Amino acid sequence: MALPEDVVVQEHSIELPTNTTNAKGRPRILTHILLVAGGFLMIYPLIWMFGASFKPAYEIFTNQGLLPQHPTGINYVQGWNALQFPFWYYLWNSTLVCLGAVIGNVVSCSLAAFAFARLRFPLRGVFFAVMLGTIMLPYNAIVVPQYVLFLNLNWLNTFLPLIVPKFAATDAFFVFLLVQFFRTLPRELDEAAKIDGANYWQIFWRVVLPLATPALATTAIFTFLFTWNDFFTQTIFLNNQATFTAPLALRAFLDSTGQSNYGALFAMSLISLIPIFGFFIAFQRLLIEGVATTGLKG
Amino acid sequence: MARSSSHLSQAVLRTEGTAPRRGFFRLRDKQREAIAGYLFLLPWFMGIIIFTGGPVLTSLYLSFTKYNLLSPPQWIGWANYQLLIHDEHYLHSVRVTLTYVLFSVPLKLAFALLLAMALNRGLRGLAIYRAIFYVPSLLGGSVAIAILWRQIFGPDGLVIKALSLIGIHTYSWVSSPNTALWTLILLAVWQFGSPMIIFLAGLKQIPPEYYEAASTDGAGSWTQFWKITLPLLTPLIFFNLILQMIGAFQAFTPALIVSGGDGGPVDSTLFYTLYLFIQGFGDLHMGYATAMAWVLLVVIAIFTAVAFLTSRFWVFYQDERG
Repeated sequence: MALPEDVVVQEHSIELPTNTTNAKGRPRILTHILLVAGGFLMIYPLIWMFGASFKPAYEIFTNQGLLPQHPTGINYVQGWNALQFPFWYYLWNSTLVCLGAVIGNVVSCSLAAFAFARLRFPLRGVFFAVMLGTIMLPYNAIVVPQYVLFLNLNWLNTFLPLIVPKFAATDAFFVFLLVQFFRTLPRELDEAAKIDGANYWQIFWRVVLPLATPALATTAIFTFLFTWNDFFTQTIFLNNQATFTAPLALRAFLDSTGQSNYGALFAMSLISLIPIFGFFIAFQRLLIEGVATTGLKG
Repeated sequence: MARSSSHLSQAVLRTEGTAPRRGFFRLRDKQREAIAGYLFLLPWFMGIIIFTGGPVLTSLYLSFTKYNLLSPPQWIGWANYQLLIHDEHYLHSVRVTLTYVLFSVPLKLAFALLLAMALNRGLRGLAIYRAIFYVPSLLGGSVAIAILWRQIFGPDGLVIKALSLIGIHTYSWVSSPNTALWTLILLAVWQFGSPMIIFLAGLKQIPPEYYEAASTDGAGSWTQFWKITLPLLTPLIFFNLILQMIGAFQAFTPALIVSGGDGGPVDSTLFYTLYLFIQGFGDLHMGYATAMAWVLLVVIAIFTAVAFLTSRFWVFYQDERG
């Protein structure tokens, strides 16, 4: 197994009790068969896409198998150079946008969350309710005025519209996630630091943040993944190929080739998914715990 | 700051607090805390005013205007909203979106629950199964996967060819108005992984004693599911329902990519957000687009409110009993 050791250990510690409680002799093999079949069906398209990216054009529509009969790397070469810039350029743009968004979210959401979770001030309840309300706010309802604003600031076709709002804690979901996490940290730590003469900034920076690394990592990883996959905001604010991110480049490529060059489209699509796979493999446990705990605390 | 001297004496006299220091020493603890609170919230306040709250209200204003970016907004009262009611494309997009929400969300949650229960039986290889079922929900929203979907359900695509092997002969699901929307619903259901993880975590919280007690009383697994598992999971079902519903109402990327940008064939994949995008950013009918956005905002608010208001009848919180 390619998993880090602690993951494996943790799995066992979870599995053992359920194993004993579930010892009624169910036909477990049947469950395995169904799960394997279902899982295979689920990811067959993904594996097939991988195989198809190495198939010559005529084979993609004729060969439903996973392996190419006449493997070729031509799709990667064609796709890489299909647009105005080589594909790495769009991946780099995506990376810049993601890094900006991650830093912005981690900084601004943790600041806001500390205030909501730890400090008392007039109207805190009202502001907290407003913050919860913005979690459900559809992006549609703010996109037109934002567009007008960024147009007047001359920010269109730059990454600023995608990054600057993140520095203003606009992803309220992460504020909420961090508030919930900060609340689980014992308040006695704050009190002790206060007695030692720490001010609120020092309590935040030296006491709360170091203890909140799992929640901050969850925020960072999910911000990265959401931003990497984001298409709606990027397609609105970026219209110039020099500023295109990977999803916009894929769309431009799709529009320019239509149905004709799926091999190259698949090749570039797969390359654009590599960071997501990478994050999943590297942070599997954090990701899954992140989903599980934010769900539980909702 | 005129009264600061009295504050100072109070601060000095207080016994339980810390020694007042530096610039803040004239203020009471409470005031210092409040000022710190507002300072920590400063970025958030700016976000609310400039990027979210302000724009929502501006949207409301623009929805009563005719606005094309080039000339200033021109007040036209309820005209945009009246146009909406008579806009065939708009009404169609409402039907398409409601169909999508009403089918994709419950199906997604049903699969999530089913798989979570199957995986919660202490199987070997749980981590691998969980990873396989979870991965699509990380990838599914991307343009890359939408392109894949367009091929596999497109003319002679993978799924179409595979179906012909078992005797179902069709040409293309994405080019037929009867089936195009269903390929998108399928794409949404395919991403059941993240609610599954949430359900799985919830199932692990249910004390095994509940089931043991139930089986001693002679309850079968079907009864146990309805009387123990489902009631104890209702808070999570509720949470997932709200999140998934809000997401589904705003679905955009798959429809744009799979339909090639126009919500076709014959508007069958014209999602609400896609039509808003076409009206606002294609035709520069910004006033009209904001009216659409506000209708959606109200509809989402109503759906959420209904879910919250009815939740006391069907969501069961364990700590309420104690």
